[in-house]
Amino acid sequence: MNVARTEALDLHRKMGLIRRFEERAEEAYGQGKIGGFLHLYIGEEAIAVGAMAALKPDDDVVTHYRDHGYVLARGIDPGLVMAELYGKATGISKGKGGSMHMAAVDRHLWGGYAIVGGHIPLAVGLALANQYRNLPRVVTCFFGEGATNIGTFYSGLNMAAVWKVPLLAIVENNRYGMGTAVERASAVSDIYKKAACLNIPSVQIDGNDVLAVRDAVREMADKARAGGGPRLIEAKTYRFRGHSMGDPQRYRTKDEVEEAKARDPILLWRNFLLGNRIAEEADLRKISDGIEAEIETAVRFAENSPPPDPSELCANVLVAE
Amino acid sequence: MSEKSYRDAVRDALREELIRDERVLILGEEVGVWGGTYAVTRSLYDEFGGKRIIDTPIAEAAIIGAAVGAAMGGLRPVAELMTINFSLEAMDQIVNNAAKIHFMFGGQMKVPLVIRTPAGWGQLAATHSQSFEAWFAHLPGLIVAMPGTPYDAKGMLKTAIRSDNPVMFIEHARLYGVKGDVPDGEYTVPLGVPDIKRAGGDITIVTYSRMLHVALAAAEELSRDGIECEIVDLRTLRPLNMSKVYDSVVKTHRALVLEEDWTTCGMGAEIAARIGRDRFDFLDAPVERLGQIEVPVPYARNLEALMFPDEKLVVQRVREMLS
Ligand SMILES: Cc1ncc(C[n+]2csc(CCOP(=O)(O)OP(=O)(O)O)c2C)c(N)n1
Repeated sequence: MNVARTEALDLHRKMGLIRRFEERAEEAYGQGKIGGFLHLYIGEEAIAVGAMAALKPDDDVVTHYRDHGYVLARGIDPGLVMAELYGKATGISKGKGGSMHMAAVDRHLWGGYAIVGGHIPLAVGLALANQYRNLPRVVTCFFGEGATNIGTFYSGLNMAAVWKVPLLAIVENNRYGMGTAVERASAVSDIYKKAACLNIPSVQIDGNDVLAVRDAVREMADKARAGGGPRLIEAKTYRFRGHSMGDPQRYRTKDEVEEAKARDPILLWRNFLLGNRIAEEADLRKISDGIEAEIETAVRFAENSPPPDPSELCANVLVAE
Repeated sequence: MSEKSYRDAVRDALREELIRDERVLILGEEVGVWGGTYAVTRSLYDEFGGKRIIDTPIAEAAIIGAAVGAAMGGLRPVAELMTINFSLEAMDQIVNNAAKIHFMFGGQMKVPLVIRTPAGWGQLAATHSQSFEAWFAHLPGLIVAMPGTPYDAKGMLKTAIRSDNPVMFIEHARLYGVKGDVPDGEYTVPLGVPDIKRAGGDITIVTYSRMLHVALAAAEELSRDGIECEIVDLRTLRPLNMSKVYDSVVKTHRALVLEEDWTTCGMGAEIAARIGRDRFDFLDAPVERLGQIEVPVPYARNLEALMFPDEKLVVQRVREMLS
């Protein structure tokens, strides 16, 4: 077994924290406290948590809009994230970005981006900057399988391969881009194979197995860091909730969703911990209680924070010079 | 007549044209199985099948490029861009292909294409809350429609689908639920013809799309104080037909352009320039413009609420212009 007890429990805690955070966000959305789009990561938590466990704290991360999981997995205070969802002044992006735009540059989180594929070239450029400045940092770029059909996926990764920049692309294949099943939109539905046409080494892994994610990311990130050029990981997973709030989900059956839930990443990891006697029920209960308290504090922080001052509206349009 | 939502009116136009002309097909993201993210194309996939209602990958440049090609090849595609924000991905296809192919090859080819796409906002943050109509209205070779009522939406969309020219047909997410009277039988509304939505003698408000409703509400309020606004709904932004605006300005001597977009280099700038050049002698005051604050749209509800002109602001501005 290649996981220490503390790490094993931390992986469990982080996945549970993301899950409960989003369940509470969903509730708050229902109460009208959160508006606009809210894309939940429920069912996909092992990818962010496994990846962040493998990456170094100063490795750069650029993500798409389904982004609560990444920032929480990196250890950002859930209160800052919840306050952003509430559109409060204390939010991680000062309430100006909302659910899809979480950034914490001091933690090397370069933002969630809402235009599909639009952030892939940004990751290439950040990796170029690291290479240029001789910084031993890998840039990890997260996006969905739906984004592998848009031009920037090919043009961006091609450039990364030509330049041999330290980039790790992680494709979260959750089977659907909105309501379009991967095989209805992509001529190649094993997404990792797409990297071959760009000469980028790639692997396909079980994205619901947090340890498999951690190990694959570690291996691929190390190779990219060592100057081997970009790498791509396809992590297979499943989105338990709708694409965003208010998705009628006519494109899949309830049975399909229920079946997928048998492979809930948190359940799998729980079984692993108990089965291998890494933890007892009581340990896990204690972790759950801790999560509840932490989320409660986060919600209270968001509720009690002030909205942005009206003067914020016109701030940050250009850098003041 | 029946009362219909803007959404249903657009769907009826699509459905009637799909039945009327076999060359018509719809393509775009989530237009089929999902039924359109704003439910505009709901049920069309079940009725017409996957040959006529095509779900595409997320690839706007290829969607519009393929639609242009299909139009060149004898079809009459109605391509949907999920929101106008994603038109940026397809800009080269719109600007360099759709709008130029007829001209550039000496009229040998035509591009009978409609691109349907909604503008709109609602805590969707900076990249998802835009309204780019002025970008498109800038382009020779393109027709730009932006109807504000269910009646106009249906009638103009039918005309657009039958047109031999590329039409950028801009809807509005916040209009889809708005209801209005729509004839039960066949009718069309021409492109390039504005419409007087309210008659009045004191001031002309030139507007279009969702802002039409803001203008109508403000006019109602002002009327209680004896101020009568004449509201000219442009309906089509390119070609821009100014005759009704001019007639109105000759009567009222004052004009306010109300738009949802940023005003710098926007529709209002163009309209003000034309009125200033062609009806200068009739003006008692400079043409005024009202649009959104010139910053990207923020997420927070209280900040977003400051972004767009509302009825109160229009009332206030009209009062200032008349005082
Ligand atoms: C260029 C562009 N086109 C369309 C959209 C609307 N949209 C947002 S998310 C999405 C689906 C993306 O699917 P995928 O990349 O698989 O990621 P997932 O949402 O499944 O995590 C679409 C079509 C967008 N944001 N940007």
